[in-house]
Amino acid sequence: MEATQATPVKYDMDVVRWFTIMAVVYLVVGTLVGVYIASELAWPFLNFDIPEITFGRLRPLHTNAVIFAFGGCTLMATGYYMVQRTGATKLWSNGLAWFTFWGWNLIIVLAVITLPLGITQSKEYAELEWPIDIMITIVWVAFGLNHIMTTAIRKTSHIYVSNWFTMGMIIMISYLHLVNSMAIPVSLTQSFSIFSGVQDAMIQWWWGHNAVGFYLTAGFLGIMYYFVPKQAGRPVFSYRLSVLHFWTLSFGYVWLGAHHLQYTALPDWTGSLGAAISLAMIIPSWGGAMNGMMTLSGAWDKLRTDYVLRFLVVSLAFYAMSTFEGPVMSIKTVNALSHYTDWTVGHVHSGALGWVAMVSMGAIYHMVMKLWNTKMYSDNLVNVHFWLATIGAVVYVVAMWVSGIMQGLMWRDYDEYGTLTYTFVESVSAMHPYYAMRAIGGMIYNLGAWIMLFNVVMTVRQATAARSVNTATANA
Amino acid sequence: MADKIYSTKFQDKLERSTILMFIVSAIAVAVGGIVEIVPLFYLPNTGMGNGTAHKDQNGNVIASVVWQPKAGQSLDDWQPGDGVRPYKALELAGRSVYLREGCYLCHSQMIRPFRDEKDRYGHYSIAEESMYDHPFQWGSKRTGPDLARVGAKYSDEWHRRHLKYPRDVVPESVMPNFFFLDKKPVDVDNTVKTMQVMTKMPFNPVPKDIYTADYIAGAKAQLEGKTEMDAVIAYLQSLGNHVKFQEGVNYRD
Repeated sequence: MEATQATPVKYDMDVVRWFTIMAVVYLVVGTLVGVYIASELAWPFLNFDIPEITFGRLRPLHTNAVIFAFGGCTLMATGYYMVQRTGATKLWSNGLAWFTFWGWNLIIVLAVITLPLGITQSKEYAELEWPIDIMITIVWVAFGLNHIMTTAIRKTSHIYVSNWFTMGMIIMISYLHLVNSMAIPVSLTQSFSIFSGVQDAMIQWWWGHNAVGFYLTAGFLGIMYYFVPKQAGRPVFSYRLSVLHFWTLSFGYVWLGAHHLQYTALPDWTGSLGAAISLAMIIPSWGGAMNGMMTLSGAWDKLRTDYVLRFLVVSLAFYAMSTFEGPVMSIKTVNALSHYTDWTVGHVHSGALGWVAMVSMGAIYHMVMKLWNTKMYSDNLVNVHFWLATIGAVVYVVAMWVSGIMQGLMWRDYDEYGTLTYTFVESVSAMHPYYAMRAIGGMIYNLGAWIMLFNVVMTVRQATAARSVNTATANA
Repeated sequence: MADKIYSTKFQDKLERSTILMFIVSAIAVAVGGIVEIVPLFYLPNTGMGNGTAHKDQNGNVIASVVWQPKAGQSLDDWQPGDGVRPYKALELAGRSVYLREGCYLCHSQMIRPFRDEKDRYGHYSIAEESMYDHPFQWGSKRTGPDLARVGAKYSDEWHRRHLKYPRDVVPESVMPNFFFLDKKPVDVDNTVKTMQVMTKMPFNPVPKDIYTADYIAGAKAQLEGKTEMDAVIAYLQSLGNHVKFQEGVNYRD
């Protein structure tokens, strides 16, 4: 998969190193905010009567921090890393790459300031106000241009599969962000979407589901297709399956947003179409998951000793699980129960904690060792992190399954006299133990992230110290 | 059973050319969105303009559910049941507070056509009811109850006490205390600007014969001395009573 070249290429890896470290920092921050808002739902006194830290203001900060700060830094780190190594070439522009690093981090800082102040477009996962939206456009296009131009100047004959996925993501996210964020400003800190009602709902969920489908799936599948074979030391199981996976996913995922709007005022045909394609998407998703898993054929024994590989394999198991759960939830009868409940939250987190974050952690551990040319400071801590992440994700998801299904059943329950059995607030108080359990699952997960940060920082310090000693004694 | 390296000629061509891969990907990812989104801008009953065509049992198209002022009428003459109307000045100010506080993250405004939702919240929501909502507020999660038809269900005083300290009224509630809204005056200039922006929307703008120059000029007087709490309560009380639903009409046609 990597070209063999006569003269070794000097890659531009400094920017990758910084994106990698920031990804780990944002993982800690994003999950910490998540634990806090989860706790607010279990113990509302935690809102402390401070407007800036109420659930409604912090929840967008949590989603932006994990998706755009952690996810974005991971995607850009791995994107720049893979496109150089698979193309045997330096970046098209190292300067532009640094521009994306500072630009993206500036956007994150602005998000941290504006969202708690209540400056929001109030569109889920697209809350940031219009001046920041313009900055996102500029930085994203710079990243896209740099990535695609680096693909263009590659020394290899073919474009590697990971770069197809990254390219598909870059294109789709550009469409989505431009259309969904169209708004007319009232002031520097407030604007209103040009769309309303049904049209806005469809466009919002076209954005919302494809932020999941492309940003959090296609982009991270690119990671999977590079780092799983690398870590396992085996080629991708099936090239043909990866071709099928890429094109069916690119064409199909786009249709799914409508399944978020079943039984709403959206015309029925749109939701049904979304659900039908959602069901069909099991095929490419499972094909892709199998492709990743089977890459380990003949190397399964490595799971006993290689903790990084464990992250990658468990992430694929979560990917397979949540890409089965998603289509099931899009079926109208199931959706009638699951919509508006915590089941949706559980589903998102089995994808986010289990798939996206775990595959990222695997990739980041792999990259840290390559980028600083060293072993991890502590392999045991990688293993501890693996178990904390797995257990935390499972506790979280199970809590939300139980509470979600319970909510759905309580809301629709009738007694023998034909009246509603439960008031709404009875369903709220019934959720308390599960909200507490969810917060604990999140805490376990967050603890793992802290351990990862510690381990990465110690690894980098150790490698830097070793290098300064080596350069003093040798000229290699 | 590792595959031999094989692909169609076309795939092979794509993999060798960055520009071809870019173009074909760009087309592949565009199709679904176009098919699902574009028709919503011209099909009837999607809340676009006045393009409504709900039919009664005999197949006759009923009168529009969207309010249009008669000559000499202003927004203040509107009565519940007259049809879907844009927000009055104070309600619009309250809506901005609702957006700012992220209320939509826990409260939906979209009632589905199920027996239990009818019993709990009222008639299912229809497209026209959110046609003036830039952006839509359907929500995706009910940590708290749906608010699509909360208007006139509780008194203003109940809302005031509940918004200030929810657990004083509903002990099991997990809602944050919004007591601080009572101390903040509404942003008058901003609300007036918002009204002007709403008339300039490319899709579903508020008609100029509703947000007339006179009405916008008069809005300042309606907003002076009001708090954000007053505004949010006005907004909540305005939700859900615009349309007078008739028996036997299928509004989900």
